[in-house]
Amino acid sequence: MSGDKRTGGIAWAGSLVGSENPKSLGYRYSNPAKRYRKDGENEEEHKLPTNLVIQFRNRQGEELADNLDVPTGSSVDDLQALIRSLLEQQGDGDNAKIPYSFYAKVEKNGVLDDVEITHRLSDFLNENKVSTEDVLQLTYQPLAVFRVRPVTRCTDTMPGHTEAILHVSYSPDGKHLASGGGDTTVRFWDVNTSLPKHTCKQHKNHVLCTAWSPDGTRFASCDKNGVLILWDPTNGKPIFSKKAHRQYISSLSWEPMHLNGGKCERLVTSSKDSTCKVWNVRTQQCLLTLSGHTDSVECVRWGGEGFLYSASRDRSIKVWTMKDGDVPGKLVRSLKGHSHRVNTLALSSDYICRTGPFDHRGTPFASREEGFQASVEKYKNFIQQGHERLVSGSDDYTLFLWHPTQEKHPIKRLTGHQQAVNHIAFSPDGRYFASASFDKKVKLWNGFSGDFLNTLTGHVGPVYQVAWSSDSQYLVSASKDSTAKLWEVPTGKRARATLPGHADEVFALDWSPNGASVATGSKDRTIKIWKC
Amino acid sequence: MPQHEHMERHRKLHGRRMDAEERDRKKESRLVHKRSEFAQKVHGIRAKIYQKRRFKEKATMRKTIAMHNQRSNQHANDEAVADGAVPAYLLDREGVSRAKVLSNTVKQKRKEKAGKWEVPIPKVKPVADDEMFKILKTGKRQKKAWKRMVTKCTFVGDSFTRKNPKYERFIRPSGLRMKRANVTHPELKTTFQLAILGVKKNPSSQIYTNLGVLTKGTIIEVNVSELGLVTTSGKVAWGKMAQVTNNPELDGCVNAVLLV
Repeated sequence: MSGDKRTGGIAWAGSLVGSENPKSLGYRYSNPAKRYRKDGENEEEHKLPTNLVIQFRNRQGEELADNLDVPTGSSVDDLQALIRSLLEQQGDGDNAKIPYSFYAKVEKNGVLDDVEITHRLSDFLNENKVSTEDVLQLTYQPLAVFRVRPVTRCTDTMPGHTEAILHVSYSPDGKHLASGGGDTTVRFWDVNTSLPKHTCKQHKNHVLCTAWSPDGTRFASCDKNGVLILWDPTNGKPIFSKKAHRQYISSLSWEPMHLNGGKCERLVTSSKDSTCKVWNVRTQQCLLTLSGHTDSVECVRWGGEGFLYSASRDRSIKVWTMKDGDVPGKLVRSLKGHSHRVNTLALSSDYICRTGPFDHRGTPFASREEGFQASVEKYKNFIQQGHERLVSGSDDYTLFLWHPTQEKHPIKRLTGHQQAVNHIAFSPDGRYFASASFDKKVKLWNGFSGDFLNTLTGHVGPVYQVAWSSDSQYLVSASKDSTAKLWEVPTGKRARATLPGHADEVFALDWSPNGASVATGSKDRTIKIWKC
Repeated sequence: MPQHEHMERHRKLHGRRMDAEERDRKKESRLVHKRSEFAQKVHGIRAKIYQKRRFKEKATMRKTIAMHNQRSNQHANDEAVADGAVPAYLLDREGVSRAKVLSNTVKQKRKEKAGKWEVPIPKVKPVADDEMFKILKTGKRQKKAWKRMVTKCTFVGDSFTRKNPKYERFIRPSGLRMKRANVTHPELKTTFQLAILGVKKNPSSQIYTNLGVLTKGTIIEVNVSELGLVTTSGKVAWGKMAQVTNNPELDGCVNAVLLV
């Protein structure tokens, strides 16, 4: 360590900067663009062996081909090309066309963690302490075959509601938009022309939550008086209306299409009167009343495995079975862990269940049976990646990750938020989930292990809602500060774009399942449509 | 057998006399006159007792009348929908202040440029110079009269340093300097104590604006960052205009209303 030989250097970083490596500036580049620029000049890289032995395996742990000797300089694109040719050799032609991402197991602080390879193998080896002697196990995972372009501008402002807009939702095929507002109306909008289609006045109080049936043929809305109304979206006429609960209805969820032979006639509502009710909309009957909670039920989800999950202010999450063989409505397990009211639930299969049979193009189906087959197929593909996962967010500022179909103990407790967590959303491919909190932050987490990935800062008011693009590349968040923000996942820390224009708090948010547009509903009584 | 049952029995057996109704009616009609006569005549402790009893009677009478009136009153409509709709996730959350977003910055900037605001107090009595300034006599013989002292409240910025007395034409007494204002938000109907950032316009004169004089009707800029108001572009609003609504020099405090 002779000081007189130094040719450059700014600061200390482990070794004496500049003495051994004059090109190193003593800090790690965080920007991938810069990392490329120093390509080939970095002596550190020369210390790495030129080749590395890797082994591909899929999510289920099945190995693909033998050990392969690849150059350490290979990029993700090279790896993708390699894996496609391997899959093609194996006769798996369908999967050979789609893009993949790669993960390696790395031990960090004594915990094995999946680290994504974002640029090239050498970068990954430099950043992580991985032996180059051993065989590197790479897990490959398919990405969406399509790309959603990020939304940037407001194309339409749709006035009509005479009070705050509380809920907007796109139909599963992305061809219709519906909204419910404080003016007690449900409105259907034409997505292509952004004009009002039907204005439905039957509710007598604020319309709090709405949901499309997975086949897109029916639309349910609930209001603050506890009334449930089912609408026909084609003509805006009510099919039936029922006083479902004694107090306001906080959430509703349709039965996933792959569970019911494509009938789509059951839904579950949760209410402040601490019960959940399962309805058959064809017979217009209440099938079951799930009364186990001792306080207001805040959120309910109908999972893809045939379970119902309900989160309540009594700090517990309950799992009820609605499977065919079981006694319907039997309490399977009660998930305890939160120390304050549970606000929200998110399932890894939420998106799959919501969109039912439709793919990203929103292709219509000739028959109900065909749609059912498509939805079964879609769900089967999805569930290959593992158990159904549930994330709950609470007023105790934490999130819990569960495997609710398997056990009653949490997988992980996720801390970091400094205020109550208001909303969680799983990415459509189940790889990430994002949590929105009143502490003005959105946090991004690994969808499998629950590891913390990123904090998205930028909002100046509490964040109310988050929504994912259907290719899981982008995220939008709606906030009290009258804006929505667009984020790139998982790298973006700063907002990719801000969507300004609302004059008041943004209450409702939805990204169309076909990826074409984002709708935001605000307290300023307008809905805005954002496109790229 | 007690008297009344005895009489009842008699009535049942023999009926009432033919003019019984008439006699009852007359007796009741005369009762008010009799009472009045008594009330006028009585004095002393009996008067006191009588008046007290009569007062109680009248009070119950008034109550009964009011009760009967209520039936014709119009009731609030049960079907009415409450204002201020919030989504299910915000229902039953306490302490969530629902401040309105105010006019956007562009609009405000335009107004600022023109120096015109739509203000709650549109017309202000102009303050004359001789009311505003007190002439200070200076010089060895106290015969120079170029120095002025401001007799109204002023806002003086933090960075202000007094000039050399030789050059200081206007003195703003430190006892009349104001730093904070009680600002009312007209829509929230709540009042906050906020720091004054500057005096934007004193309607009486440009000189007063430059001096930072606070009189009734003056437009001031206040720091609203505590209120958490945001502009439409999603930034936290920092400075907002407010108009002074009182005479600060008389009250010892500045009251103002936020311009929305």
